[in-house]
Amino acid sequence: MTATTEINKIISKENLVYGKTSVLLDNEMHYCPGCTHGVIHKVIAEVIDEMGIQDKTIGVSPVGCSVLAYNYIDIDWQQAAHGRAPALATATSRLMPGKYVFTYQGDGDLASIGCAEIIHACNRGENIVVFFVNNAIYGMTGGQMAPTTLEGQVTATTPYGRDCKVTGFPMKITEMIAMLPGTRFVTRQSAETPGAVRKLKKAAQKAFENTRENKGLSFIEIVGTCSSGWKLSPVKSNEWMKENMFAYYPLGTLKDE
Amino acid sequence: MAKFKGAIVVDTEKCKGCGLCVVACPTKVIELARDVNGKGYHYAHMANADACIGCSSCGLVCPDTVITVYRVKAS
Repeated sequence: MTATTEINKIISKENLVYGKTSVLLDNEMHYCPGCTHGVIHKVIAEVIDEMGIQDKTIGVSPVGCSVLAYNYIDIDWQQAAHGRAPALATATSRLMPGKYVFTYQGDGDLASIGCAEIIHACNRGENIVVFFVNNAIYGMTGGQMAPTTLEGQVTATTPYGRDCKVTGFPMKITEMIAMLPGTRFVTRQSAETPGAVRKLKKAAQKAFENTRENKGLSFIEIVGTCSSGWKLSPVKSNEWMKENMFAYYPLGTLKDE
Repeated sequence: MAKFKGAIVVDTEKCKGCGLCVVACPTKVIELARDVNGKGYHYAHMANADACIGCSSCGLVCPDTVITVYRVKAS
C-alpha cells in the first residue's frame, strides 16, 4: 500500500479528532499571520459550541484589531465605542438576564481609554466575562506605545525604548482587577503552545459557567503577540513573549472564589 | 512504533504560513511548502506524513483554524 492511499484511508469522517467548530464562520480572518487573536477567537467559539450556548451568547467587540470579531464568531454581537465595551455589556446583562455576555478587548481599548470603565464594571461585579488581550502595543494603528508596553521596549512612539521616567510604568491591570471585591475569577493565560491553549479553554469554560451561575465578573487576560507591531516573525514573537512578557506578566490564576 | 497514526488536511488557500504549527508539532511532520498559495504565503503541508500521530497540537495553535486532524489506531 502506498503512503498516499494510506493517508487517504485515515482522512475520513469517523477518524476526525480536531476540526473547525461550526460556531466559527468560514470568513477568512483579516489578522496578520500568527496573530494570537485567531487562537482566542477559536477557543471562545469552541467553548460556546461545547456548552451549547450559541443562541444565548452576546459578545461586545472593542475598537482595535479585534473590532471585526463579529465577522468570525457566529453569535449576536454589539460594537462599543472605544473602551466602552464593559458599559454595553453591563446594560445587556442587566436587561437580558440568562444571556451569556462577554466583552473582547485589547490593551489599547481596556487598559488605556477604557481603564475607568473596566474598573467600575469590575467593582460593580457585573455578571459578564471579560477577555483582555494584552500584546503590549497598539497593533491596529501601527505599533505605538500602550500602557502595557514593557520598559525598554521599542515601539513607533518610543524609538529608543520605553523610558519609565517619562511615560510611567507598564500597567498590571489584572492585578488591579483582582483586588476588587466584585470580581470572582481573575486569571492570566497565554496561547502560544498546545498546552497553553488547552488551559485557556478551561479558563474560558469556567468563566462562562460563572455567568450561568450568576456568580459575577470573570476576567481573563491573555498575553499575546503582535508580530507586525513587534517587527518579528510569528515564531520569534512567541519566543520574545516567553522571555520578556512572562517575566513582567506572570501566568496563573490570581483569584478564584 | 507509535500507538496512533494520524493525518492532517490543511486548507492551503486560507493558510498564512505563520509557521506556528511547524514549531508545535512534536514529531516534525509539518513544513512550509516551497510553493505559495493565492495570497503569496508559503502554506503548511505534511512533509513527513509517516511520523504523524494525530495529536492535534498543530490544530490547537493554528490562528486561522485551517488544520483538520484525523487519527486511527496503528495496526
